Amino acid sequence: MAGKTLFDKVWDAHVVDQIKNGPQLLYIDKHLIHEVTSPQAFEELKNRGIEVARPDRTIATADHNTPTLNQHLPIKDPLSRNQLEQLAVNCHKHNIELFGLGHKYNGIVHVMSPELGITQPGMTIVCGDSHTSTHGAFGAIAFGIGTSQVAQVFASQCLLLQKPKKLRVTVQGTLKNGVLPKDVILYIISQIGTDAGTGYFCEYAGNVFEEMSMEGRMTVCNMSIEMGARGGIIAPDETTFDYVKGRKYAPKGIEFTSKLQYWKTLKTDSDAIFDKEYSFNAADIAPMITYGTNPGMGIKINETIPEFEQDSFHKALDYMGFEAGKTLIDLPINYVFIGSCTNSRIEDFREAARYVKGRQKASNVTAWLVPGSQQVAKQIHEEGLITVFETAGFRLRQPGCSACLAMNDDKIPTGEYCVSTSNRNFEGRQGQGSRTILASPLMAAATAVEGKIVDITKQLN
Amino acid sequence: MKKFVQLTDTAIPLPTENIDTDQIIPARFLKATRKDGFGQNLFRDWRYDNNGTPTSDFVLNNAKFDGSILIAGNNFGCGSSREHAAWALSTYGFTVIVSSFFADIFRENALNNGLLPVQVSSDFLKSLLAFVTQNPKAEITINLEKQIIKTPIGSNEFDIDPYKKTCLINGYDDIDYLILQKEKIAEFELNHTL
Repeated sequence: MAGKTLFDKVWDAHVVDQIKNGPQLLYIDKHLIHEVTSPQAFEELKNRGIEVARPDRTIATADHNTPTLNQHLPIKDPLSRNQLEQLAVNCHKHNIELFGLGHKYNGIVHVMSPELGITQPGMTIVCGDSHTSTHGAFGAIAFGIGTSQVAQVFASQCLLLQKPKKLRVTVQGTLKNGVLPKDVILYIISQIGTDAGTGYFCEYAGNVFEEMSMEGRMTVCNMSIEMGARGGIIAPDETTFDYVKGRKYAPKGIEFTSKLQYWKTLKTDSDAIFDKEYSFNAADIAPMITYGTNPGMGIKINETIPEFEQDSFHKALDYMGFEAGKTLIDLPINYVFIGSCTNSRIEDFREAARYVKGRQKASNVTAWLVPGSQQVAKQIHEEGLITVFETAGFRLRQPGCSACLAMNDDKIPTGEYCVSTSNRNFEGRQGQGSRTILASPLMAAATAVEGKIVDITKQLN
Repeated sequence: MKKFVQLTDTAIPLPTENIDTDQIIPARFLKATRKDGFGQNLFRDWRYDNNGTPTSDFVLNNAKFDGSILIAGNNFGCGSSREHAAWALSTYGFTVIVSSFFADIFRENALNNGLLPVQVSSDFLKSLLAFVTQNPKAEITINLEKQIIKTPIGSNEFDIDPYKKTCLINGYDDIDYLILQKEKIAEFELNHTL
């Protein structure tokens, strides 16, 4: 019999039951909730007269719909205010811990949970948000769910699921100067497409991921959903254990030692078989940018926009105002967003600050620097990055999802381009008519300084 | 959940590929705390211009087309996990979505709301989109029991998880089933230390 994959090991440890010819009953260790996808689930509980089964396994934050300025003032938009109030009322009623607006642990759900040590190897973690795949960076099975499933987890701490197929993406070799984890995942998606992972759970393997920091691994796993995969997973190692150890909700003392023994077993057996595999050479990857309206429409910075026949391709180019065969270098850019659950961790701001130091923001650029959490904001201050940004003409905003999905006031105006470190370049994603170009924090910082897209590789080499 | 057994109706063609849930229901409409009312903003930014005037070239604004079946391009429902997309399609009046490929989370959300995703072959989808565009009054039948979609240009069988099929035919929710498993779950929890 073939060996087990890392995914199999974690999944199988959580199967409560198997329905004949049907799905499996999967136990959920951590349920993360936020204001946008939980109210209708709480309503479902109310209508059925049931309680949250395991409030101790449930943690809430406010992130999607929160302002990034003046968080101490009442929220102006009545609908947003109501949604946040509902979250507070529901959490109080069901005894769920809430890191609401202004709380020292408040932040984007996928930034907050790992930095508090809530996210741990070997766990199953769900949230009503597709970027829950982020937590797979710790060797956890983590995936996004719909609101009906949020209600199911509330009611039973379980979900009924068909076990996904297994995919492995291996990247070996040495990354070039200026190539960040964001470039690695944008490159992978540009090569295999936005639906290559649908029906699969993706393990990332190879020395490139082994050598990445936890922040980098989170960036990669975060975007698994953009190739259709329900989740991404990376085998936990010393980097993972060092990151988790000592965090607020991480196991302590003997409990840590005993969990560590288990965590060390979480790796794919050498004879395990995957349903699909892709391999890439790290040396082929360059700083990436997107030119279209899905994350698979990406090119290396020094490449030109390709030509395809499909109507959907031409529709995307029309929306973006681009032409096949053209370069994006020197395209004037008025908006830059550094933030989102993909790239709003301390390492991302360090990367941006490294470029910005000694330079000035271009006068045409409106730049939004939005930390992923209060703790990241605190670190930006403690490490002195704030001085670098402010001296260069940038201003740091307060934590939240912000312009990644533009539910709050952080909207890119119609027709404007935004070089963004977020995860989706869908039509109107950052505001009605907005045009998103996805890139790494380094590319975004360079764009903000130059006021246009530049070939960063020329500056680095 | 409402039951689904069989449906015969006209269909609306929307050949665009990779329709993401941000197009189905833009994020700015996700501030509601109830499930109703999303249908009026379904495909909002394709259906209306920035002034709120209906766009003349979008299929939902074309009086020739009507019906509770949406036929859409490959990889329908990718992107965000927002179940609001399924609620918007459902409250607008759709009961069936036909495509050659569905994103995972959307498929589950649809099934949890009595909205049936019917996955057909790429060739069949292409022919069907072309035919329905030319013949807006053509009737299409979806039989869940037999897992078949019948059209004037032929039939295509479709797959569905047998458990989900039973749920749809009888109008059962997963939550009904899960609540009945409390003892099994409690027993599992006794030996589960993660």
